[in-house]
Amino acid sequence: MDTSAESRVPDALRERSIGRPTPLIDGIEKVTGRARYTADLPSDGALVGMILRSPVAHAVIVAIDTSRACAIAGVRAVVTGQDFAAPYGVIPIAQNEWPLARDRVRYRGEPVAAVAAVDRETALAALAAIELRLEPLPAYFKAADARAADAVLLHEKKKGNVERDVDHAFGDVDQGFAAADLVREQSFHYAEVAHGQIERNGALATYEPERDRLTMQSTTQVPYYLHLTLAQCLGMDSAHVRVVKPFVGGGFGHRVEPLNFEMVTGALARAAGGVVRMEQSREDSFLTHRGRPETDIRLKLGMKRNGEITAVDCEIVQRGGAYAGYGLVTILYAGALLHALYKVDAVRYRGYRIYTNTPPCGAMRGHGAVDARHAFEAMLDSMAEELGLDPIALRRANLIVPPYRTQNDLQVNSYGVPECLAWVERASRWRERKGTLPRGRGLGIACSHYVSGSAKPVHWSGEPHAVVNLRLDFDGAITLLTGAADIGQGSSTLLAQVAAEVLMLPLARMRVIAADSALTPKDNGSYSSRVSFMVGNAAMRAAEALLDVLVNAAAKKLDVSPADIEWLGERCVVRGTDRGLAFASVVTAALVDNGPVTVKGTWSAPPETQGGRLRGAAVGSTAGFSYAAQVVEVSVDQDTGAVKVEHVWVAHDCGFAINPLAATGQVHGAISMGMGQAMQEETQYHQGLPLSPNFLDYRLPTAVESPPIDVHLVETIDPLGPFGAKEASEGALHGFPPALTNAIADAVGIRLTELPATPDRVLDAIVAKRRKDRLDATRAES
Amino acid sequence: MARRLLKLTVNGRDREDAVDDHALLVDHLRGIGLTGVKQGCDAGECGACTVLVDGEPRLACITLAASVEGQRVETIESLAQNGRMSRLQAAFHEKLGTQCGFCTPGMIMSAEALLRRHAQPSEREIRAALGGNVCRCTGYVKIVESVQCACAAAAGA
Ligand code: FES
Ligand code: FES
Repeated sequence: MDTSAESRVPDALRERSIGRPTPLIDGIEKVTGRARYTADLPSDGALVGMILRSPVAHAVIVAIDTSRACAIAGVRAVVTGQDFAAPYGVIPIAQNEWPLARDRVRYRGEPVAAVAAVDRETALAALAAIELRLEPLPAYFKAADARAADAVLLHEKKKGNVERDVDHAFGDVDQGFAAADLVREQSFHYAEVAHGQIERNGALATYEPERDRLTMQSTTQVPYYLHLTLAQCLGMDSAHVRVVKPFVGGGFGHRVEPLNFEMVTGALARAAGGVVRMEQSREDSFLTHRGRPETDIRLKLGMKRNGEITAVDCEIVQRGGAYAGYGLVTILYAGALLHALYKVDAVRYRGYRIYTNTPPCGAMRGHGAVDARHAFEAMLDSMAEELGLDPIALRRANLIVPPYRTQNDLQVNSYGVPECLAWVERASRWRERKGTLPRGRGLGIACSHYVSGSAKPVHWSGEPHAVVNLRLDFDGAITLLTGAADIGQGSSTLLAQVAAEVLMLPLARMRVIAADSALTPKDNGSYSSRVSFMVGNAAMRAAEALLDVLVNAAAKKLDVSPADIEWLGERCVVRGTDRGLAFASVVTAALVDNGPVTVKGTWSAPPETQGGRLRGAAVGSTAGFSYAAQVVEVSVDQDTGAVKVEHVWVAHDCGFAINPLAATGQVHGAISMGMGQAMQEETQYHQGLPLSPNFLDYRLPTAVESPPIDVHLVETIDPLGPFGAKEASEGALHGFPPALTNAIADAVGIRLTELPATPDRVLDAIVAKRRKDRLDATRAES
Repeated sequence: MARRLLKLTVNGRDREDAVDDHALLVDHLRGIGLTGVKQGCDAGECGACTVLVDGEPRLACITLAASVEGQRVETIESLAQNGRMSRLQAAFHEKLGTQCGFCTPGMIMSAEALLRRHAQPSEREIRAALGGNVCRCTGYVKIVESVQCACAAAAGA
């Protein structure tokens, strides 16, 4: 027994695991090149999988003749839609996509057949030998065309090609407008954008014919959905499927639903009875898409003279692409998150999600709410100008006081907008500089918010929202087992920090094993910024359970009651004495009679956070909203329309920063992605053919034009978040596009209603304004 | 398919391999186990595949292996020596110059080339040197900080 307890570490001096900048626990692998992503996994002798894509945007499949391809030496498998047992789709009630098209193709580039061959050349030859007989149908590339009365339906029973329409009204909207001093209405248009994660898609599937077992390693954010979907599409018992997530090079929503190539790789491996590697090109990523839809918004706001919002009326049309995917969630989010940022008492929302013959849209960072937030914040800015109010003062006139229940039954428990506004106002020297900058230079502000995980998961099964296991064995190492997919955001690090903090042990004692269905508990996946909040809470509870085991073991060993044990992490003592045990001795004691210890922690979002009873009300519900405010400073070249972002100041209410280093990095990334969408990114099609399926034509921001971004983390200590934490990776994105266009308005007096703000759009607006100004001047003279 | 013997000095070691005439440097390097060399695009768009050829940054995905015959090729795997990360690697790790990590090997190799030319570059020079390396995760703020931190460490050493 170890009884030397001379150094009892006072809590204040103890090295804490949370609240301090912590490098990623898997960062060394990344900087040394040792991290293995899907394409790096060893696979000697794997067959090469390849996919044949539809050359047309809409057609009936009359026949697919694979006989010539099958006859080529070295071809080991050829599969078509007929080789799958069921369609798929991330939303259980909207599964209308086959991994390979059956009966009809609905977008140019849709997978129709696939081969596995001994090498790339053979696979290419096999693809070329597949004969497709297609009978073209009229194709629709714009939502309006697909909605036309005489348009052919992409999917049965979807009248007008409307996948989902939403009609929600809360409060007395007409009364709200009647009570307003100023009512304005404006239309906006937003280009479709894509995630642009730098790692290309890929999968490695191993099928063991003797056992009918499939192991899938893939570039996924949601190993569990993938697991479920593989079993469903391949008609396999899910017990025979194993899904392992290697290092993943970003996701941003592209990978939050199972993607066609994953099921195709599985089918090829099974058909070939072996190992198949599928490497997708960058162009394939763009075709697989799942990005943010092209969106049209009509927004009407009513406002009192003091800036108080009295009513909101919003109509949104999204060009959803050819299949359901996350579509209905996207269109619901767009309406739901009109609430919960400001106090709005009367809101009407009409949303239409439309099927078109373009690659399917899906979830993208800031899912559903980014474009609507631009419209909203842009109108707040222009109406502030009309009312002669400072844009920050206007926002202050509409603040929420938590706890607050929105009209659409969302629960706000913590709310950092006041602190966020105060910080960006100070940091940007808003008061001194706004309105005093030289022409061509401007400041703009916007606020934003987002969920920390959807309080009702997509697959509602009655299980807890998150489960974490902790293992302790003779060696004294603590292994945290989680299904949560770290895709670069640092979730594994955060979970280790949380557990280490509860146990008061150094982070070095922790190991994390994540996202291997054979080892780790099911997790709903890395989407809607749920992991820190939900899985963090589960990790906290697992650690508390383990702490309980350890304290009890120490108490028994020291022959005192557990209440008398003062736990200090690497050691514990009997309160008020020198008697104690080193951690290693506690571990030994804990294993007596029971052997190695495994505990579980679970967490579920409280029912009051799960939204109201209305159809679709679960979308937007969360146990914790994050908040952000940002000021963007721009300079605008009035001769070319080129906009340069000079500086960004952003304050993000993340509740509590468990890892301030990673939280700051997430905010940087969100701003950068918002900037790409706001300034330059745009997927374009010609007759359904993507015009920019590469990083030269679809240009992501580079280091050269990226601005300095000053981040301030506001800590409101959310009552439900782990240690008070909320999400940090999405909320700030929404604010960038409006802060940018508001800054452009400040700089040159134009209000852009179409994004991205490319130089041609900016210049057109500048020229139009000049013309109008001249006309007004002439009129005034005459 | 024509093949040839290719002599290269890879990460300080001379080697000779049989390669296809049309083999790309990225595939050759990955094929001999250097999977730290990443490929993020279809040709020359993202910088993930950046390696050094005779000390200069080069996109391995648009370089024919045969075209660098006899030259010195360095990849991310060469930077850590005797279990110690290079200054850049340590800085990218500690300052979170890496998130998902996919752009990181190429990013670090571009930065390495810069720092060999120029021990104390300005922020502008750093951003220009990394202009061909696309990162979707970081907004580049912490990447620039990481490079600056590595310079400071070098100056202090
Ligand atoms: S992989 Fe070489 S530039 Fe993208
Ligand atoms: S860290 Fe993910 S792309 Fe740069």
